Amino acid sequence: MKWIDYEVPNSVDEAVALLGESGDKAKALAGGTDLIVMLRTGVIGPDLVVDVKSIPELNEITYDPKAGLTLGAAVPCYKIYSNEAVAGAYPALIDSASLIGGTQIQGRASIGGNLCNATPSADSIPTLIALGATCKIAGPNGTREVAAEDFCKGVRQSVLKPGEILVSLHFPPPADNSGARYIRFIPRNEMDIAVVGVGVSVILDNGNFDSARIALAAVAPTPLFVKKAGDALAGKPVNDESIQMAANISRDAAKPISDMRGTLEYRKHLCEVLTRRALHTAVERAKETS
Amino acid sequence: MPQKTSVTTHINGEEVQFLAEPRQSLLESLRDTLHLTGAKEGCNDGNCGACTVEMDGRIVDSCLVLGVEAEGSEINTIEGVATPEGLHPIQEAFLENAALQCGICTPGFIVASKALLEANPNPTEHEIRFWLAGNLCRCTGYDKIVRAVADAAGRMSS
Repeated sequence: MKWIDYEVPNSVDEAVALLGESGDKAKALAGGTDLIVMLRTGVIGPDLVVDVKSIPELNEITYDPKAGLTLGAAVPCYKIYSNEAVAGAYPALIDSASLIGGTQIQGRASIGGNLCNATPSADSIPTLIALGATCKIAGPNGTREVAAEDFCKGVRQSVLKPGEILVSLHFPPPADNSGARYIRFIPRNEMDIAVVGVGVSVILDNGNFDSARIALAAVAPTPLFVKKAGDALAGKPVNDESIQMAANISRDAAKPISDMRGTLEYRKHLCEVLTRRALHTAVERAKETS
Repeated sequence: MPQKTSVTTHINGEEVQFLAEPRQSLLESLRDTLHLTGAKEGCNDGNCGACTVEMDGRIVDSCLVLGVEAEGSEINTIEGVATPEGLHPIQEAFLENAALQCGICTPGFIVASKALLEANPNPTEHEIRFWLAGNLCRCTGYDKIVRAVADAAGRMSS
């Protein structure tokens, strides 16, 4: 591995300045569970690594039932599922945070890093989309906000420009009678990459769906927001028929490839099955909270 | 010539200072610079857990930490598990349950198991297996390891 420089800024401004000076030759380091592997294997070759874990905003984890959750981009997974208030309000986020890697990986890996890494199979991104999270990005021209479903632009490509960093994610407060769920299929019990992942959220209203959001992992070059599957549920009664209809839309929207983890046909089938199961669990969770 | 970075940290309770190149992993700093060779290099990409150490109260794969990131942190390695008085109950349980064959994975399993039993003194078999999912063993088939951890839990609570 070639020489790299290493800096540990204490503020967002300092980090943006460091990243801006080096342009695309600089990389931000949070948990490092993807970045360090890519450094070592030569997939990336930055001149500078900027460790963002000493920046207060990137370590923030603040939940307020009225304001929602602000999750710093570098907060490791274990701090998310160890936080009882967050675990109670956003069980789907806990589904994702406790699935990424094993115990050691969860000690370091962050949801923000999972998002910035922007792989199609990332276990947190469908959840971020389903929960309607927004991404706060800081750069040389100030800060901007991007919806989670607009963040990824291709395999390992995101909206982040050279000099920009993801500061935090903001989740709206859970609505009354709402529930959410992330599930994935892997051929093992743990420590694997999703063949397909599905994140859903629902809001119920007197036996009907008020609204729903459905997103898929590992079936397209980016995590896929299937807006029409969720929209189709709005106003429909909560029953097997409506859930099956949404599952079918989800299956039809998927654009997977065949690879060593599964064929195109298998992945489309999984989209249907997992969307159905995730919706059932999200409905159960919504009823528990009402 | 670029300069190495001076890193000050606590390892197994003692203050330690070492020089690291930013590109070096904590595992390389531990093994090659500090000669703490208990943590092993297996996959070097975060799958096998042979390099597991505890860093600021959480287990991590030291191959996926930069040595320079250890600045100001508290690190516990397999070398700090036994005391001059004797082995740790987890180590005794691994020996008596024959929970190792080639032994390469064992330091990682013991460091990870110790963290589990400190957080959860009486884990179920399911909890043991999931906690240790990031530690691979290619010899034992895991059953003896899981039994050893359950046995250690009993020893430590009695």
